Amino acid sequence: MKKHIAHLALVAGLAASVALYAIAPQLDDYAVNIFVLAGINIILAVSLNLVNGHTGQFSLGHAGFMAAGAYTSSIITLTLAPALASAPAWQAQAAFFSALLAGGLFASFCGFLVGVPSLRLRGDYLAIVTLGFGEIIRVVIQNTNALGGARGLEGIPPYTNLLWTFGIATVAIYVVASLVNSTYGRGFISVRDDEIAAEAMGINTTKYKVAAFVIGAFFAGLAGGLYAHFISYIAPEGFNFLKSVDVVVMVILGGMGSTPGVAAAAVLLTLMNELLRDFEQYRMIVFALLLIILMIVRPQGLLGNFQRRKRKAPQP
Amino acid sequence: MSDLLKLERVTMEFGGLRAVGDLDFHIAPEEMVGLIGPNGAGKTTVFNIITGVYKPTRGAIRFNGVSLHDKKANRITALGIARTFQNIRLFGSLTVFDNVRTAMNGRLRHGIIHSLTRGPAFRAEEERIRGEVLALLDIFGLKDDADRQATDLPYGDQRRLEIVRALATGPKLLLLDEPAAGMNPTEKVRLMELIHFVQEKFRIAVLLVEHDMRVVMGVCQRIVVLDHGQKIAEGTPQAIQRDPKVIEAYLGEEAHHA
Repeated sequence: MKKHIAHLALVAGLAASVALYAIAPQLDDYAVNIFVLAGINIILAVSLNLVNGHTGQFSLGHAGFMAAGAYTSSIITLTLAPALASAPAWQAQAAFFSALLAGGLFASFCGFLVGVPSLRLRGDYLAIVTLGFGEIIRVVIQNTNALGGARGLEGIPPYTNLLWTFGIATVAIYVVASLVNSTYGRGFISVRDDEIAAEAMGINTTKYKVAAFVIGAFFAGLAGGLYAHFISYIAPEGFNFLKSVDVVVMVILGGMGSTPGVAAAAVLLTLMNELLRDFEQYRMIVFALLLIILMIVRPQGLLGNFQRRKRKAPQP
Repeated sequence: MSDLLKLERVTMEFGGLRAVGDLDFHIAPEEMVGLIGPNGAGKTTVFNIITGVYKPTRGAIRFNGVSLHDKKANRITALGIARTFQNIRLFGSLTVFDNVRTAMNGRLRHGIIHSLTRGPAFRAEEERIRGEVLALLDIFGLKDDADRQATDLPYGDQRRLEIVRALATGPKLLLLDEPAAGMNPTEKVRLMELIHFVQEKFRIAVLLVEHDMRVVMGVCQRIVVLDHGQKIAEGTPQAIQRDPKVIEAYLGEEAHHA
């Protein structure tokens, strides 16, 4: 049965996460570091792809949702830290997971808040509103002393490991892929292809757009929480506009609307980031060149099959 | 007599421009009605009012006894009005199969959660939809193209697919916006056969906007003529052809152009 493949893939992905976690002690810290960052980037890219790629709503606010999740979960674990220090490990892990979920839910609430008023906007206008929203979150955090202000939050317990990261990355991939591969989910793509026709075919485009924003933001929030509990330190500057652009680049590079493509691009860009560490100041130039070349050679992205709508000549 | 669709004194103004003025007309169940008129007469505006793309400035529209006032386009489709577009609007990146199954979305019982859990009920519904879509494609000779990208089809097939997609929403009234545009005479004959076939097979009413007189006269039982947003004549094809007002407004103008 074709439909069982989805479940199988989910189980396989989770098993691979466990395996990765099991061999982690054999890996050096640097390798683990790269693995975790790659996993977090996969979550970010795959979730943004639901909004930008499948549904065609160009959002530049993913870093904002990430910040919402990172700060929410960090505040929770920092508050509980004294109690958890002496608690058994499983309790600490359960508390961490709950904190992550709370961060994801708060981020998806933010996604709802941005999604609703943005429904009347398209293309560039939507991009500007989401960009503005991301910056608002950052500036609010920067000026809130309880959240550490511009100094940021430090001493966040480092609960994030390979199991959490790849477990959640697997779930994110499963959710987006199986959502889009259903009669219901084809609605997301119809909204991107032709909104007027989608409405005329009985599709509630409003609901689809809000759903894309809410689900996308939820996983961005989880990614933010994982990041915070990995680096142990977060500051508003880490979630600025450039972070959103990074994720957008992954989506475009991988191919708008291709889940395997953007996941591959997330890994590729994480590795490139590390390989180019010695040429820090030229890194962005290399990135830019890579993007330009790709857009010329393969405008649909590495694995994308999304064809730009061919405009037909007006009928006589 | 019960009307399927009834427009009463419908007026549509864009700023100072009156695109449609005090329009009255009705469509009975399973009736084939033509809406004609010179360029800019307001035909497509009427379509957009009926399907909820525009909100009329004044007037009432009732479908099956239900007021369409303030209903969103997707709700109106769910009530049983489907349409095609003057310039083809297929979902370009989706396959032929997916274009049609997306149109069944309004009648779905499952949603986001079911798409994720993929339980037996979800699989049964997906399987049922798959069967319905393939059966529909088969009727219209598009089954072999099910996995092709919609925009890769030849022009005539794309027009046909748009009609199939509209039928997949389960309509009682089908609005066709210039389906013969860009077709050659052979394709037009086949289109006329297709429209007759659709009407008989699915037992639905059809409202046809069309420039090609042969197609309109060959398909419709009754014709409504618009000029400058006003209804200037209504009747059987034979009566319309002899109506002096129509000849002056429409056919007369055609003669000028020729």
